[in-house]
Amino acid sequence: LPQVYQSRVIEAPVAAVWSVIRDFNDLPNWTPFVAESRIEGNAPPDQIGCIRAFRLKDGGRIRERLLALSDYEFSQTYSILESPMGVENYIATLRLIPVTAGGQTFAEWSAEFDCPPERETALVDQIGRNVFQAGLAALADRFKSTGHR
Amino acid sequence: MIRITRSAVLGAPVEQVWPLLRDFGGWHAWHAGLASSQVDRGAADAVGAVRRLRLRTGEHLREQLIALSDREMSGTWCLIEASNPLDPYVATLRLRRVTHGDCCFLEWRLQADGPLSRQSAAERFLGETLCDPAIAGLQGRFRSASLLSAGEKVDHVQREADEGSGRAAKFARPPIRPLGAPSLPSEEGIRPASHTGDQVMNSLAVVVERHGGPEVLRTTRVTVPPPGPGEVRLRHAFIGVNMIDVHGRAGEFGLGSLPAVPGMEGAGTIVDVGPGVAHLRAGDRVAYAGRPPGAYAEARSLPAAIAVPLPPDLDARMAAASLLKGITADLLLHDVHPLQPGELVLVHAAAGGLGLVLCGWAKALGATVIGVVSRDSKVDAAAAAGCAAVIVSSREDVAQAVREMTGGRGVDVVFDAIGRATFEASLASLAPSGHLVSFGQVSGRVSAGDVDRLASRSIRISSPNFAEFVDTPDTLRRRADRLFAILRTGRVRPVIDSVWPLPQAAEAHRRLESRDTIGSVLLSPEIG
Repeated sequence: LPQVYQSRVIEAPVAAVWSVIRDFNDLPNWTPFVAESRIEGNAPPDQIGCIRAFRLKDGGRIRERLLALSDYEFSQTYSILESPMGVENYIATLRLIPVTAGGQTFAEWSAEFDCPPERETALVDQIGRNVFQAGLAALADRFKSTGHR
Repeated sequence: MIRITRSAVLGAPVEQVWPLLRDFGGWHAWHAGLASSQVDRGAADAVGAVRRLRLRTGEHLREQLIALSDREMSGTWCLIEASNPLDPYVATLRLRRVTHGDCCFLEWRLQADGPLSRQSAAERFLGETLCDPAIAGLQGRFRSASLLSAGEKVDHVQREADEGSGRAAKFARPPIRPLGAPSLPSEEGIRPASHTGDQVMNSLAVVVERHGGPEVLRTTRVTVPPPGPGEVRLRHAFIGVNMIDVHGRAGEFGLGSLPAVPGMEGAGTIVDVGPGVAHLRAGDRVAYAGRPPGAYAEARSLPAAIAVPLPPDLDARMAAASLLKGITADLLLHDVHPLQPGELVLVHAAAGGLGLVLCGWAKALGATVIGVVSRDSKVDAAAAAGCAAVIVSSREDVAQAVREMTGGRGVDVVFDAIGRATFEASLASLAPSGHLVSFGQVSGRVSAGDVDRLASRSIRISSPNFAEFVDTPDTLRRRADRLFAILRTGRVRPVIDSVWPLPQAAEAHRRLESRDTIGSVLLSPEIG
């Protein structure tokens, strides 16, 4: 099963980082690659099972379902319903863990999915770099200049 | 129910940190709260392994490994026996990869049952005595570059050294071996190829046959037998002369029964190694500090455990001038009084060999250092080492000067190697809740006196013993690595007062006792 894993230390307390990423409908606000997003059926974005439909800046359209949201674990799990990437059974989790010695946040973003074997390497690389790493980098940049250590 | 969670970012990739954590019996090598750790029997990475921990605070614990995963990089263990009243706990440690950045993330979760009445005491013990020193030990060893403030460059260099690339790879570390594991090869008589034979070496040595003044130091010829099991034999390039040698010579302490060869510090080249020595070989440049005495000689044997391989960029002269002083400074500033940035520090004998190292290192850690020297000629040296201000004790009242410099507050910590003569001034120089670290007695023993009078200002007094803090080869190695790292930054610059031919050891002692020295006094069998 192809797996993607990216992680990073964000120089801000976990509550601050969580408040940015918690809203399932807010990708355009904090990621560099999403142009617009809406929740289908006017559901609240923290309703488990809600679906976000968003458009990438490169034009691609993606629909994802919220499978789990935990304000206790600071985690969010979702699956892909439709995307131009050609993946199946795609489940991803974005999770924050507080760093008690230092006050920062450890952020990890991981996914598992199925795909044709010949596309595995390219997909792992593409998702890891262009989605997870780019998203985490944007988070890190967002908190870099605020003076948090 | 008690839950304790600790987490930290460590400045090294998981590949470097995990091997340390998965060695269930080797935690004393990095856990700052452990005096020793040892797996009772069997392999340290076998699920079911039982380890015995001795804490620096005195407690003993036995813990059993109940899960270990190299895939998750996690381990789980539980308490099975404790010397103090402690309810059973289960703890899990997990390491997570940080894909962006040269670091990793450590999580430690501990859960214990127990009545509410004992909860806060248990929480304090488990959190502050078990978890925090572990995190601190790992952070000290793997300091994250991104968290460094300007004053903490030290550990960054340490980290580079640890990564073992390029020249740093030459810091050949001895393999981590659980305490108590046999250090002898299974078959007696198997020796490393570097062993040169069983020849007895002849060596010039300085011997104390009776206690007394410098004149009792006599030069003679001795034989140095081949190294025994666990020993190395080395030829000295330089030998450090320390106050403890003077105390031993005078019959106060430190030398044992006579006749004896004094000296606790030296640097040179390994001639041959005894059975069971794996991390050193003939030709290695090493330095050592500590017992047993015997350094005042051309050649000697000593336990391999106290010898530290020298990095290529540190010459033997500098090593002999700084190892004992540097390791002492390290334990004083990191263990006896973990120095906080911004603290005010008073260092007596600031221009002495140890004093200069202590001042420079304290400043590098972010403290403001006030030095005390005995005469005006030493002021410049103390200032150059990093003192923000220097008090000359021959013409100034130390406590009064400290009060004036600190707006009446006093200092947070005093490092006092002088003893009786400075004890009162040191106490009077302290701020409320200040800490007097008394670690030498050049002027005579300090009497504890009336403890009650400390109470009015909540004063603490420590009287550390070098041996307590360098009790395993790993501890020694860690301290030496930290010393080499800070020497490399140039923030600590040992000064050499004088180098004497070995047969002139008596002159070297007179010089040291004169209190005229600025920096370290050395002997060398290679000059004169």
